[in-house]
Amino acid sequence: MKLLASPAVRVGISISIATGLYGVSFGALSVTSGLDFWQTMALSLLLFSGGSQFAFIGVVAGGGSGIAAMSAATLLGMRNGIYGMQLNALLHPTGWRKYVAAQVTIDESTATSSGQTDPDEQRRGFWTAGIGIYVLWNLFTAVGALAGSGLGDPKQWGLDGAAVAAFLALLWPRLKGREPAAIAVVCALATVVAVPFVPAGVPILIAAVVAALIGWFSHGRSDEGLEPDVDPYDEHHGRRDKNRDAHLDNQRDSHGDSHGQTGQAGA
Amino acid sequence: MNLWIWLLLACFLAYAWKLVGYFVPAKLLKDPRMSRIAGTMTIGLLASLTIVNTVASGQTLAADARLGALAAAAVVLAFRAPFLLVVVVGAGAAALLRLIGWN
Repeated sequence: MKLLASPAVRVGISISIATGLYGVSFGALSVTSGLDFWQTMALSLLLFSGGSQFAFIGVVAGGGSGIAAMSAATLLGMRNGIYGMQLNALLHPTGWRKYVAAQVTIDESTATSSGQTDPDEQRRGFWTAGIGIYVLWNLFTAVGALAGSGLGDPKQWGLDGAAVAAFLALLWPRLKGREPAAIAVVCALATVVAVPFVPAGVPILIAAVVAALIGWFSHGRSDEGLEPDVDPYDEHHGRRDKNRDAHLDNQRDSHGDSHGQTGQAGA
Repeated sequence: MNLWIWLLLACFLAYAWKLVGYFVPAKLLKDPRMSRIAGTMTIGLLASLTIVNTVASGQTLAADARLGALAAAAVVLAFRAPFLLVVVVGAGAAALLRLIGWN
């Protein structure tokens, strides 16, 4: 019970439940996108990065090719490399732990860890969130995949609308300020313009190139867009302690709220 | 079978990204441009995936019930609804609009 006294472990557990649960929607949408049960499970077990998994099935559902699906998922996974660098500097995992840590390096485990100030707590937060989400995400993917395959016509249940909502929900927490909202609008426009002219799936890759060019040539926050889908230190999850609040507020201040308030752009 | 190949390759590359982070020298992290591009690309790709799934049907653009799903999802997100609720509301909006005849 001593472990439960650790704030990082408590936050890790609640973020595991919140994130793991939405594996249900991934599982259900994946099988209705045309993937079979084991393809769906392979994505959750091996790829294990929510955004990239949704990207892969999103491209397949839109009639895109396997190579376009792979490309979108891979480009979206680049940020996990950045998280890996941060976590390596933070936790210094050694030997085989490095290889296990890599697999559970995602938005939420990184955010849980870096939201702590004490090195031991950072380590506990990372492993609790990483392994907790991995187990629950896969469990609930299986539940969703089994439930989804018995649904019949997915359109009748509005599952294409569910996919739209899922992507918007993944995007939403990253739209803090005017600049990310502007990037989102520009990339959405580039996509719409490209749709009639190139094969399905390719417009998404064009948007990725546009976004990369914006990142290369503009100078803004270097951690723009690197926020978790479910914020472990949001008031809905875990209890905040005063030290951490102060720490987070400092972080926020140094990012500069001069960017303005949360963008309202829907797409 | 073909899809399996790309799927497994995507899994391999996803792990490669993650692992690379643990093995590159820490001074690369000091270059803000890398993480900046990773961030803008994340935003751009998610925005693109959102809009593609809303208005694209293959290579044509269509205004159908999915637009209603997008609007409904935006409304509940503005009220800080949790992820799963947003997804359910999106599905419900699309299903409801189809039920009343808007495809």
